[in-house]
Amino acid sequence: MSKRIGQVGVVACAAVFLAGCATSGNPKDPMEGFNRAMYSVHDGIDTVLLKPVATGYDAVLPNPVQTGVTNFFSNIGDLMISVNNLLQGKVNDAISDFGRVAVNTTVGMFGLIDIASDVGIPKHDEDFGQTFGRWGADSGAYVFIPVFGPRTVRDTAGLAFDLWADPLGQIDHVPTRNTVRGVKAVNTRANLLPADKVIEEAAIDKYSYIRDAYLQNRRSLVYDGNPPARSADE
Amino acid sequence: MKWLFALLSPLVLAAGVSAAELSPDELVKSVTEEVLTIVRNDKDIQSGNARKAVALVEVKVLPHFNFMRMTQLAVGREWRNASATQQKVLSEEFKTLLVRTYSKALTEYRNQSIEYKPFALKAGETEARVRTLVKQASSAKPIELDYSLELQSSGWKVFDIEVAGVSLVTNYRDSFGAEIRNNGIDGLIKVLQTKNNGAAADKK
Repeated sequence: MSKRIGQVGVVACAAVFLAGCATSGNPKDPMEGFNRAMYSVHDGIDTVLLKPVATGYDAVLPNPVQTGVTNFFSNIGDLMISVNNLLQGKVNDAISDFGRVAVNTTVGMFGLIDIASDVGIPKHDEDFGQTFGRWGADSGAYVFIPVFGPRTVRDTAGLAFDLWADPLGQIDHVPTRNTVRGVKAVNTRANLLPADKVIEEAAIDKYSYIRDAYLQNRRSLVYDGNPPARSADE
Repeated sequence: MKWLFALLSPLVLAAGVSAAELSPDELVKSVTEEVLTIVRNDKDIQSGNARKAVALVEVKVLPHFNFMRMTQLAVGREWRNASATQQKVLSEEFKTLLVRTYSKALTEYRNQSIEYKPFALKAGETEARVRTLVKQASSAKPIELDYSLELQSSGWKVFDIEVAGVSLVTNYRDSFGAEIRNNGIDGLIKVLQTKNNGAAADKK
């Protein structure tokens, strides 16, 4: 347990440290220089390791199997989504998320099949970063973390809590835990391959395209798809 | 000379009237379903044939978009400092970029189904937002796909698309703004042209 608190501490300290870093022209991305360096690091790791492994995984695994893997991790994720909805005061959503876990873990064979969606219990998307946002925490500066990808200061703190609360972290057998987390990471990356190609086509500057898409998407998520309107010039 | 116009008018009417009569939600639905039906039955597009996907988008989707307004939104406040010629070139290049992006997304389409959310248009309104949901095969959360439309003489035209809260148009504003600050409007035009020409070269 103390080790896990330690992990949270390290990430939280990193967030505070990063928040105090040097400034650039863009108010949303004051640490742009540092972030771009981290992005290159990430891009390098992704190009030589993550993407090739994910591409192989995507090519080898039949689609239904891949869907099963995605569903399995998604089902475990629903547990903390339920908790986060509860923390945000959305009791009905929290109950519905818990219902998803109950249905999918049993009828859906340990989460491999997403029966809940079929019977009309929709999947939500919540995490601690969104919960903090809902509580009124400003997103803070943009931060790019290699391997984990785009975050803000608030979402970095959220990530620390997400990792700390992740049920997969409860697996005591270390090699098993690492394997499970590895499969999850590869599966997540494989699911992003189509988006990759579209971004490649769309972006004139991939770094800022990903940054601005992330910030818009998070803003939308905090408000569950209905963010207050912004002025046209903002 | 007039007979020439007479010859053309039925065509123009046939193309114009049908779209002009549709309400925003009907328009989005009919275009989406038509395009997706074609993609579902076209193995070439599914396996990534970019030229075919672009052709499909140009014929079926382009006529319902207002690229001038889109470009204006993407460029932001610098738009009014651009000359009429620059605005025209910018919107042509931005159109090419968006068509390529949209086509690429179509080649990645894998039997997701679309749900159209309830839509109501108040009398006299000239702007509307049509909300749809893209449902995935796996238990991934459905993705919101929203269209903003405005009423023009030729019918409703799309001027913004938001995917999961991300506007495909205003997402460019910061990078376009940075480019204009550094290299002017012509600098941005050049960047777009290079990007589009590079993408075209890749396809050959």
